[in-house]
Amino acid sequence: MSHERCRDLLGSLSDYVDGDLEETICHEIEQHLADCENCRVVVDTLRKTISLYREEALQTKAPEDVHQRLYKRLHLDDFLTQ
Amino acid sequence: MSEANQASLSLQALRSGDRAEYARLVENYYQPIYRLALKMLGNPQDAEDILQETFIKVFKHINTFDERSSLSTWIYRIATNEALMFLRKKHPEFVSIDQPAENEESEQEPIQVVDWCCLPENELMSNEAKTHLDQAITSLLPGLRAVFVLRDIQGLSTRETAEVLGISEMAVKTRLSRARLRLREILSEYFGEWLNERKSSL
Repeated sequence: MSHERCRDLLGSLSDYVDGDLEETICHEIEQHLADCENCRVVVDTLRKTISLYREEALQTKAPEDVHQRLYKRLHLDDFLTQ
Repeated sequence: MSEANQASLSLQALRSGDRAEYARLVENYYQPIYRLALKMLGNPQDAEDILQETFIKVFKHINTFDERSSLSTWIYRIATNEALMFLRKKHPEFVSIDQPAENEESEQEPIQVVDWCCLPENELMSNEAKTHLDQAITSLLPGLRAVFVLRDIQGLSTRETAEVLGISEMAVKTRLSRARLRLREILSEYFGEWLNERKSSL
């Protein structure tokens, strides 16, 4: 990742993986990726980083005791259904 | 904000102090708010405190909600501010806690170029790896952390995130880019070591 071109692209990669860039810039990045294995690894691992966090987020739930204490603190415990 | 079914909530009922409507609001939002607090603070007890304080403030100030943003954005704003204030008290050394210098040269950081995407899913999502994922978030400056949590953990759009934080959409994108690259770097170091261990044990 010492190549100057790679460093130039670094700041655009987040928008790139979001599909948030203009077509011409996307095309430029894709052309570079075709020739630069290091940048391909950075893009792949950037995508994977984001997807791991999204997946982990779906598994993060407030425990039931936290739910119950919240309702008690708000004096809404008569609405607790469980 | 798919979890929060705000369309069915009556603002009028909330403003008139209808307790059943308050309970419905809490039911709709407590999971995403807890997750936001937990990822921002990295500690379940602190997250629970922020969760409770957020709803106390929501109920206290519902009459001042001016509908310039959606109810959901307003609730996220209260929760994010509570979490940032908590961090500010805990870490007063963060002077520019929610305004990281945009021109900082952190994008010039060394780059780990290890392709760890091939690791099996059960290893990437093991309990140990998840703990590491959470620790990596808390190593981000609070201003970057808030953007990452709202966009990539909570799934808010760039525009919604900008509204919650009161910053421009461009600033959201810049901070998100820095946060994601930093996290990629930390995870690459971590999973890169796993890959090396696997190779050396073969």
